[in-house]
Amino acid sequence: MLTADAVVDEEVTLCSRNPLNAKLYPLRLHLPPNNSAMHVLVVPQSSKDYKFLIILPLQLSTPASVSTSPAAASSKQPFLPSPSPVLDPGSLFPTNHIKVAMAANMFVVPQTQGTVLCCKCGILMTPNPANMCVTCLRSEVDITEGLRKHVTIMHCPECNSYLQPPRTWLKAQLESKELLTYCVKRLETDLKKVRLVNAEFIWTEPHSKRIKVKLKVQKEVLNGAILEQCYVVEYVQQDHMCESCTRFQANPDQWVASVQLRQRVSHRRTFFYLEQVILKHDAAAHAIKIKQMEQGIDFFFGNESHALKFVEFLGKVAPTGKSKRSEQLVSHDTKNNSYNYKYTHSVEISPICREDLICLPPRVAVSLGNLGPLVICTKVTNNITLLDPFTLRQCFLDRDQYWRYSFKSLLSSRQLVEYDVFNVEVVSPEYNVGGSKYVIADVEVARVTDYGKLFYVRTHLGHILHPGDRALGYDLYGVNSNDNELDKYTDLVIPDVILIKKSYEEKRQKKRGKPRPWKLKSLNMELDESRGRANEEKMNSEYEEFLRDLEENPELRFNLSLYHNKNYQPSEMASMGDGDDVPSVPLEELLADLELSDEEDGEDSMRE
Amino acid sequence: MATRLQFENSCEVGVFSKLTNAYCLVAIGGSENFYSAFESELADVIPVVKTSISGTRIIGRLCAGNKNGLLVPHNTTDQELQHLRNSLPDQVVVQRIDEKLSALGNCIACNDHVALTHTDLDKETEEIITDVLGVEVFRQTIAGNILVGSYCAFSNRGGLVHPHTSVEDLDELSTLLQVPLVAGTINRGSEVIAAGMTVNDWTAFCGSDTTATELSVIESVFKLREAQPTAIVDEMRKSLIDSYV
Repeated sequence: MLTADAVVDEEVTLCSRNPLNAKLYPLRLHLPPNNSAMHVLVVPQSSKDYKFLIILPLQLSTPASVSTSPAAASSKQPFLPSPSPVLDPGSLFPTNHIKVAMAANMFVVPQTQGTVLCCKCGILMTPNPANMCVTCLRSEVDITEGLRKHVTIMHCPECNSYLQPPRTWLKAQLESKELLTYCVKRLETDLKKVRLVNAEFIWTEPHSKRIKVKLKVQKEVLNGAILEQCYVVEYVQQDHMCESCTRFQANPDQWVASVQLRQRVSHRRTFFYLEQVILKHDAAAHAIKIKQMEQGIDFFFGNESHALKFVEFLGKVAPTGKSKRSEQLVSHDTKNNSYNYKYTHSVEISPICREDLICLPPRVAVSLGNLGPLVICTKVTNNITLLDPFTLRQCFLDRDQYWRYSFKSLLSSRQLVEYDVFNVEVVSPEYNVGGSKYVIADVEVARVTDYGKLFYVRTHLGHILHPGDRALGYDLYGVNSNDNELDKYTDLVIPDVILIKKSYEEKRQKKRGKPRPWKLKSLNMELDESRGRANEEKMNSEYEEFLRDLEENPELRFNLSLYHNKNYQPSEMASMGDGDDVPSVPLEELLADLELSDEEDGEDSMRE
Repeated sequence: MATRLQFENSCEVGVFSKLTNAYCLVAIGGSENFYSAFESELADVIPVVKTSISGTRIIGRLCAGNKNGLLVPHNTTDQELQHLRNSLPDQVVVQRIDEKLSALGNCIACNDHVALTHTDLDKETEEIITDVLGVEVFRQTIAGNILVGSYCAFSNRGGLVHPHTSVEDLDELSTLLQVPLVAGTINRGSEVIAAGMTVNDWTAFCGSDTTATELSVIESVFKLREAQPTAIVDEMRKSLIDSYV
């Protein structure tokens, strides 16, 4: 209780009661000008009326020496400046106590958003730029006015694709992301007027031929208010076969361009290898049909550009000559002078293969720097690598160079004969020729079939041959070659035997019949039915040789993908005593084959 | 009573007219409808004067006044000034003031006792306002806008302010002005209150776009329903609601 001479030490707040809402507000005083002394006189409030406290000028700087006066002033001074912050109800004192305060420093008032009435319906709402509640605004303004709600789209039932005018057909599943993108794209002109926020499908029966998409759009209305609205667009699906399906229906075997790949040799090793290369690079992805022919393979395409691309690809991986193209007129539209053709490309691969023995024509030998006319072909990519076995000189012939002369090989790998090696005398140190090591050696060999005749020959395989080994080579002593080129060389000393490679035949015998730990994929080829059983056996043995070739030559494997054979189980027997004599494909080179099967768990296939 | 009208197809009635307890100023319009609307309400009570200010028709926004006086900007012509002095009652002091902010109607909002002004008004102008209009002057902002004369309209009995005014601001203003205030809109959601309507202690005139809700808010806050043109009872208003919360 304050008395006349009370000294108040703690902070107090001077308040007044607002006559309009009976709340207490701290008094904010206008300081008198020129810093004159201001006295504050506090009088007790009577309990009944709402009265103001009288303020007389009092020196504010003296802390809390307030005097009470018995006089009760009752006149209202309605224009006292007294501002805002509302005291919380807990601090309201009962009316017969005097609340004395001293204003502290000013503080920032927290602003709370008030409410107004919606100008149309009169419900309370927070003010927005339109000052109308959302329902009234919606009823007033429809931002989807003028936007299309029904659209017709063309659908091809054969290939499940949708037409994007004028000519593109887009393949999409029902309720897929592509279909949603397509549907929204069809509404592009409409959606320029509003801003698209969200789009999703509403489920419709698949056979109903209706697709419903719910779109959420935003647009600015009335003075700056942005309104968001959802609306549904219905797409009617009309069935219409697309051009490619029509063409396919009319004639299923219809191709527009074909590539005839040929190699004039009696074996198919090149084609096995090419098949693997094509698979690795996925070059025949656009081929409608692939047919195996005698001495070659035919590829059929739906598009001339695909065929050209394939021909170019072949030029990069094999020593092909210039391809010839011929056209055949299929149809002619007289009204708009358009012509439909069928194109056929004829591609010829050079007949030179790996391990072939070649007698170079004199002009070629001279142009290559007098390379000894007898050379071995060691590697065929789009260049032909020739190795002179006696001088260990290597030469490259690229496609244009080869096809300028187009010489044939003297002897090919079918004519390889087995020799037994009795003695090896190394003559030269190890040379590294283009990545492979060779050692020139004098060897004593005899044909396996005829031990009677011993040959002393020079060979380049000194690094791998040891006495007791088997080797494969060309029997120039016994062969009767009918070669024009060889006749041109009048004073050439032809060696009796040229050894080509070491034979692992014996050791392979142990492994015969056992599956390999790796396997190859194959192209989906149509076989030529007219050939018959004998050819099939020949093909199988050739394929087996090809696989062996792959095992022996790592550089051959370089361009191919070998897959892990899941069926292979290494048996205990094989691991014992076999050693590393037989070359095999190391495990690191094998690729894990991608298996897509329904039984597999989703997680597993992801990990693979 | 609140009336809805239009000035030449525009709903911004407060731009083309100025209404106080002692007189009414009206712009010179193409048709006489505007003038006759005011006449029919106010003819026998207060003079309705047709005028222009500095040759323009936007007189509501250029001048500020109450029953004690009228302030006009510096570019008012002498003829207009004389015309006003002649037409208005003698107790109304017409004063032309030299003020950089010449749209006095946008800068000053007043009733017969209190005025709110633009924060950048000259000190001299403030003194003139105090003298001529006989009011207490407070520099204030309304919802962050300095043009107090545009965003609020108040009479001796109540007031309407910009809809975005916060609750604390509303309380502060109402204690300053000592009248109940409400935040609301005019002319179908327009925030420029004083441009859309003009009001005195017993009538109000609003733009024709004003919705029924807005009209009822106006009639309740300005107490126009029970208002009599003569007696303004000065009694404690215990049961007042000064804001809808």
